[in-house]
Amino acid sequence: MLKRFTITLLAIVACCLGLQAQDANDVPLGLDTLQYLENVVVYGRKPYAEVIPAQTLAGKKLEGLNSHSIADAIRYFSGVQVKDYGGVGGIKTIDIRSMGTNHLGVFYDGIQLGNAQNGQIDLGKFSLDNIEEISLYNGQKSEIFQPARDFGSAGTVYIKTRRPKFSGEKNDNFNITMRTGSFGLANPSVRWEHRFNHNLTMSLSAEYTYATGQYHFRYRKKFSDGTIAWDTTAVRKNGDVQAFRAEGAIFGNIKDGKWNAKFYYYDSERGIPGAIVNNVWMNSQRQWDRNFFTQGSWQKQLNEKFEIMLNGKYARDFMHYNNPDTTLMLIDNKFWQDEIYISSSNKYTILPDWDVNLSVDYKWNYLNSTLANFSYPHRHTTLVALATARTWHRFKCQASLLYTMINDRYKTVYQGETLAHHSKWMHKFTPAVFMNYQPMQRYDFYLRAFYKRIFRMPTFNDLFYTDMGNANLRPEYANQFDFGFWYQRLCEDGFFAGLKFTADAYYNTITDKIIAVPSGRGQYRWTMMNIGKVKILGVDVTARATMHVARDFNVDINLSYTYQKAQDYTDPESTGYGGTYKGQIAYIPWHSGSVVGRATWRDLDINYSFIYVGERYSLSDNIIINHQQPWYTHDLSASYTFSISKTKLKVAAEVNNIFNQYYDVIINYPMPGRNYKLILKFDF
Amino acid sequence: MKNYFYYIILILFSIALLDSCREDDVIYFPETVPITQPEYSSIEGLYVLNEGCMGWNQSTLDYYDYTTGQYTINIYAYSNPTQPMELGDVGNDIGIYGSKMYMVINCSNKIEVVDKKTVKRVGQIDIPNCRFIKFHKGYAYVTSYVGPVVLEGMGSDEDVYQLGAVFKVDTTTLEVVGKCVVGRQPDELDIVDGKIYVANSGGYSQGAKIGYENTVSVIDIESFKEIERIPIAINLLGCKSDKRGILWISSRGDYNGTPSKIYAYDTQKRRLIKTFDLRVGNMCINGDSLYVISNEWSNISQGYTPGTYAIINTKTLEIVNEQFITDGTEARIRKPYGIIVNPFTKDIYITDATNYLDSGKVICYGDDGKKKWEVVAGQIPAHFVFLGENINEQ
Repeated sequence: MLKRFTITLLAIVACCLGLQAQDANDVPLGLDTLQYLENVVVYGRKPYAEVIPAQTLAGKKLEGLNSHSIADAIRYFSGVQVKDYGGVGGIKTIDIRSMGTNHLGVFYDGIQLGNAQNGQIDLGKFSLDNIEEISLYNGQKSEIFQPARDFGSAGTVYIKTRRPKFSGEKNDNFNITMRTGSFGLANPSVRWEHRFNHNLTMSLSAEYTYATGQYHFRYRKKFSDGTIAWDTTAVRKNGDVQAFRAEGAIFGNIKDGKWNAKFYYYDSERGIPGAIVNNVWMNSQRQWDRNFFTQGSWQKQLNEKFEIMLNGKYARDFMHYNNPDTTLMLIDNKFWQDEIYISSSNKYTILPDWDVNLSVDYKWNYLNSTLANFSYPHRHTTLVALATARTWHRFKCQASLLYTMINDRYKTVYQGETLAHHSKWMHKFTPAVFMNYQPMQRYDFYLRAFYKRIFRMPTFNDLFYTDMGNANLRPEYANQFDFGFWYQRLCEDGFFAGLKFTADAYYNTITDKIIAVPSGRGQYRWTMMNIGKVKILGVDVTARATMHVARDFNVDINLSYTYQKAQDYTDPESTGYGGTYKGQIAYIPWHSGSVVGRATWRDLDINYSFIYVGERYSLSDNIIINHQQPWYTHDLSASYTFSISKTKLKVAAEVNNIFNQYYDVIINYPMPGRNYKLILKFDF
Repeated sequence: MKNYFYYIILILFSIALLDSCREDDVIYFPETVPITQPEYSSIEGLYVLNEGCMGWNQSTLDYYDYTTGQYTINIYAYSNPTQPMELGDVGNDIGIYGSKMYMVINCSNKIEVVDKKTVKRVGQIDIPNCRFIKFHKGYAYVTSYVGPVVLEGMGSDEDVYQLGAVFKVDTTTLEVVGKCVVGRQPDELDIVDGKIYVANSGGYSQGAKIGYENTVSVIDIESFKEIERIPIAINLLGCKSDKRGILWISSRGDYNGTPSKIYAYDTQKRRLIKTFDLRVGNMCINGDSLYVISNEWSNISQGYTPGTYAIINTKTLEIVNEQFITDGTEARIRKPYGIIVNPFTKDIYITDATNYLDSGKVICYGDDGKKKWEVVAGQIPAHFVFLGENINEQ
């Protein structure tokens, strides 16, 4: 059934594309100017300002996707795998091009979100409520005028919150949104934007989320003749979540420059639903998180040649994990993290087409915990990035060199007594080169390539988790080679408003990969070692077509496809049945992709999205017991916008996982079946 | 030009979508691998319980058939195809008593009881966080980490910990008939002269003020009451008696300054008679020999200590062989985990748990210490029991 549907769908998509292609020139319908402009904004804003453009979701397109969180939206990018433990409160982390979640840098309004404890940012905790744009960059954002930290990850996601926009003489915008639906979801949010004068605006927003997180899941197995061996349906429990978010920002313009400052506060309590295993019917672990940060940025063009940018941040994160279940080890741990960050970026224009930039960053991290015999680690990081960008006619090139100096200070504590103090230093240089070439002036066709070498530091958990960390760990390196092209065609008066096609082939290697290995006897005895090695060969393809079907009726289709061969080269002697050598690494499908279609007719907006993740294995030991079935979900949403006097009202309804497919992204963490959401938005 | 792009898109998506659609999961058909020549003795077979990594629900049962020389993986799921979620999460011990086989499934909080020959399910005994099992006169005794929770001290000195227990199970009705509180996180137990000896670990308190346990609890079987605590060493794990009533007890150490060790306790003289400064992960007794295996991580040297493959003579109390593997193949064993010795042929079976995730191995060594064969097993192969007439009563 599903298979047939997919084929039909494919045929429809193919027919649309094929037929329209021939007809395109014969249907010279005038484009609605507004619609056209919006497309151009998304497509071709500064068509080749960036040496390597990002994958971006923004504005209405982002709004139309059926997404709870930022992680849900990122699934539509090519080259990305989301590790999703299911439900509203489940952990969702991102893996770009199979390099591992720790190699991804996540930037919130220009400054990186840090987690020195485990290096992973749970993007499930970031709501889409106040978000304007999400961009994904492979390598790094190919701009040289940025803090040194922006050069420091193998891949980056930039999350941009909404900037206040005012029409006419209106100085205040209010927005009230209410979302409700499956999983007992109650999710109200409010936002107020105010303009003090033309050079000073601010916004305040708050959101509350409550969900019982309960949903049905189903596991079953069949005999080889197709009859059912066992079939069990149960309710996922202890997945409740309660979260409050408050955010405020102030934006200012100065002569030849701008500045902004913001704060972010998030407070949540959630149940940890745990893995579904035989004969365990209840989980009662709970987690509390409190995250606060405040950050600011100031930027000014001092003269024709020189531009400066300053950034700063303070963050404090609290996490409390409790297991009251007496059938398991009683745990009650608390962790506090602090981060202070300052950065200065200085760009100098040598020639009109030749810029250099020097950025210097300093960062301090501290982790405190109630764990016994804890190391209380401090990390001082100094980053210096020297970057240059040069344009020769249709050839553009950027090169950067990042110098990282890290000083870790920690203690050896045993039974409350401090036995020793340690201080470790590390210095590293890592380069990156990005290139872009437009072979023919007439066509928007560009060839691009990059090379980048970068590392990720072992996290505080890797190094110092009591009895488990290994203080001698080295950094884990990622090398990336990428070659690709992109092509775009904008038509001012055709059936097609625009077409865009990108393709990239890449080869990545991960060396000194930090992985957990057994230490003593008993399964909770692990330690960390630098023994892993992975080679990744991949292809990312994206295509986009915007069509003007009839007056006021526009269709936009996005396709993305990823092929990845991510092989485990850790142990050359582990071959044959049950061997891991050259096996596909855990949870990386060979094939994955997405289709997003959006149709707008006047104030009606319909969005369809499809995600496909092919077969995978839960281990690089690619045997049948570790085999994971492909999964694919179809989501549909519709929204209608209308006005009552001065209030703009938007009503939206979503159906997710229409065909009610029961699937796991991570083994024994079932995902929700069909679910619904209703959204009501007031803007005045 | 345009058409060209559409075709590329079309082809790519066709590959992605049509190549692999979702299928139903089917019951695993057990894979049988011929590994060696048949052997004929009163031992018919050897069951291997794979623990499966915590949370993976991948504990599986394998069977080595001596009469055919074949090894079969994952026989439980096939013998009990209608059992939802298969065997369970983390198999920690296995034993045969009478006609039934008992598998202690630690994180599924149960003992799975099956027919010892057909592996067909007979029933289950719910015991939370159950660890090890031993049998005596119609009853099974099972250690469990779950006993009363104790709160000590006040305010910042407050310490919460949980005692463990030994559960008594009637092997005919499969009902729990008694419970005796012992020390914290009790692991292996053995029965000598009407008394149960239980190795208490205190493993959950490794960092807490209260620290590890350091005792063996003694339970009088008749009254089913704890009558004594014998201090031995910290963080005990193994507890096996030899035919002379000497208990061979292993301590895990603290993974830092204190390494693992073996202690010999004489139950008759009621005293510790010898300490062996020998790294131990697992051990097994056969005749007058105690086989010891280990490779231990040391936080101090930041590496594995050289592997132990030693034999202690339980009569003379001397280490008689410091390296019973003689062909150098121990270098390929990444994590020696389980061990058992065939009482007739003296063949030694060792499991390699690799990295606790990928498929493990069962490796057979002859009594000359040379490798005979190896076979791929499940995730963390660990616990053995022989199938045969009277073999488990010896």
